[in-house]
Amino acid sequence: MAIDNNQLLRFTTAGSVDDGKSTLIGRLLYDSKAIFEDQLEAVTVTSKRKGHEGVDLALFTDGLRDEREQGITIDVAYRYFTTPKRKFIIADTPGHIQYTRNMVTGASTANAALILIDARHGVIEQTKRHAFIASLLQIPHVIVCVNKMDLVKYDETVYNNIVSQFEEFSSKLYVKDVRFLPMSALDGDNVVNRSTNMNWFQGAPLLHTLETLHISSDVNKIDARFPVQTVLRPQRDGFIDYRGYAGRIASGIFRPGDDIVVMPSGFNSKVKTIDTDKGTLEEAFAPMSVSITLEDDIDVSRGDMIVKLNNQAKAVQEFDAMICWFNNKAARPRAKYTIVHTSNEQKAMIKNVVYKIDINTYSRIENDKELTMNDISRVTIKTTRPIMADEYRDNRITGSFILIDDATHETLAAGMIV
Amino acid sequence: MSKYYLNYLDELESEAIYILREVWAQFENPVILFSGGKDSILVTHLAQKAFYPSKIPFPLMHVDTGHNFPETIQFRDDLVKELGVELLVGSVQEAIDDGRVAEEKGKNATRNTLQITTLLDAIEKNKVDCAIGGGRRDEEKARAKERFFSHRDDFGQWDPKNQRPELWNILNGKHFEGEHFRAFPISNWTEMDVWNYILRENIAIPSLYLAHQRDVVWRSNSWIPVSEFLKLDAGEKVENKKIRFRTLGDITITGGLESDADTLEKIVAEVSAMKQTERGNRTDDKRSESAMEDRKRQGYF
Repeated sequence: MAIDNNQLLRFTTAGSVDDGKSTLIGRLLYDSKAIFEDQLEAVTVTSKRKGHEGVDLALFTDGLRDEREQGITIDVAYRYFTTPKRKFIIADTPGHIQYTRNMVTGASTANAALILIDARHGVIEQTKRHAFIASLLQIPHVIVCVNKMDLVKYDETVYNNIVSQFEEFSSKLYVKDVRFLPMSALDGDNVVNRSTNMNWFQGAPLLHTLETLHISSDVNKIDARFPVQTVLRPQRDGFIDYRGYAGRIASGIFRPGDDIVVMPSGFNSKVKTIDTDKGTLEEAFAPMSVSITLEDDIDVSRGDMIVKLNNQAKAVQEFDAMICWFNNKAARPRAKYTIVHTSNEQKAMIKNVVYKIDINTYSRIENDKELTMNDISRVTIKTTRPIMADEYRDNRITGSFILIDDATHETLAAGMIV
Repeated sequence: MSKYYLNYLDELESEAIYILREVWAQFENPVILFSGGKDSILVTHLAQKAFYPSKIPFPLMHVDTGHNFPETIQFRDDLVKELGVELLVGSVQEAIDDGRVAEEKGKNATRNTLQITTLLDAIEKNKVDCAIGGGRRDEEKARAKERFFSHRDDFGQWDPKNQRPELWNILNGKHFEGEHFRAFPISNWTEMDVWNYILRENIAIPSLYLAHQRDVVWRSNSWIPVSEFLKLDAGEKVENKKIRFRTLGDITITGGLESDADTLEKIVAEVSAMKQTERGNRTDDKRSESAMEDRKRQGYF
């Protein structure tokens, strides 16, 4: 198979137990031939035992024992399939228990979000939550799948009404690219193959859309940012004086000869070489992992960020961010946490809760300042030392951070700098 | 004009290198769990890239069931010598001799589950705070739930329902003394990706993966290799077949398939047309629907 130039597309699926999310994923895996015979056999047996007619596609996404027993998804699971055009990673996220935590996790790395709507019910609260999170996490592409069209007799009017409902409430959101699709995941209409039941729909089926979405611009190629992960000092023959800064380019493009600044120290230098085990590169871009050597012998270590002289990140110690709270333990005012932003780790405190968001109505709650599980809010954060930040809207890597509880080491919250 | 996007193999490679470097930066005493199978060979290869021009800054750790393919051990020893890294070995045989574990009985007895004790012992003895594994999420349904950085408690146990969320590419490896982490840099690779990459990079793999003549016995729908550990049942007969192995584990439980694929190119072609999953030939996974989940909870790879 000629696969050399195929890209990787990550998408997340959000939905509740009944809107056919698992069936849709099962259908994509099955119709793209990602299901093996032994998996099919196992699922056929289980389908029979449960008294289902035919093969229950949803069973392909079963995971842990508790999930099988309860018939629900508890935690994000990852699925894979490949077509001659692309490799796909699905972050299959549950829509109910700990929904914010799971949806936000799946959304954080996604190029695209599939939002499922049951054609019989139209836009419900959960649809609004999903759309809000897709917008908050800046997923570049959103595909709204109006599912179960077979149960509304493939009626174009039903579909059009749902599209306008969605467009109406989502006008308050910031989503760059929204598409709509009528489908029946159960029967495979408009999933991989074009539906013959909905000739009124002119668009492409889901898989074709996923295969052709323009994702090359999803990564910021303008602002060159290189968070240093570690320093390579081989001290062996041929590399006695070698000092390479290892990291993954967060955004932008670097070339030898570029004038750079090391943040936060402010030392200037030039890129000498960009190295990999296969040799030096003429240029390197996000999201490549490389090591960079500089012309000057200056102090650079983990947590520093190399940027271009004429395009720098902001070194900030106090900033506003949207945060999603993941823990049963509520946030305490002025409590100290560890903040991890790229490779930089500092102590931080939530200085102020500006407002909370009701993610069903998108309205601001200004009189309730307590952050509990699943809450999304705007806060002011103060750190002991500067972090080198961009706005999340411009840069998903240098604009994001997590907060860690020093007592339990749990990840408490995810943050997006505004 | 150049294109500013990576193909999927380059992106997977870049992600794995990033994770390996995070392991090195966040932990005191990491090791690579090395079985001699293609996935751990791939992880080792990626570690070479991640730290080039330095050598791999941590040891390889092998949990030795005593039921090995001789080829695997030879391959392991050659690789360790070539890389100039330390090799740590945890021995299941020693654990049996010490009476810490008891050998399973019966025809389908394996040392697969016994590895858990040895693995956890070796982790504790060597004060390992992060064991890097070649587990992939496409392998098995419990593995589909794994994080890149996966927490293990004081007892080495995994709690799949209470995992730390992993957002963007930020990895939280914070732990208390006695706890450790498992890191899975090739989580997002599928079997096909692994083979395509091995072919592209021309990575050396044990000859067992290539088709060869071997004495085998037909059992549990696959060709089990004849070895000193294999007890023949009545009615079972030894045959000589041209086979290859799709995965490598303990010699007593790893079944081969009949094949003529004796080059990497032919393997890639063969794997892309496979109708069974990779672990379909592993009797360790056939024991029950949640065999892997149960073992993983206890501390398995």
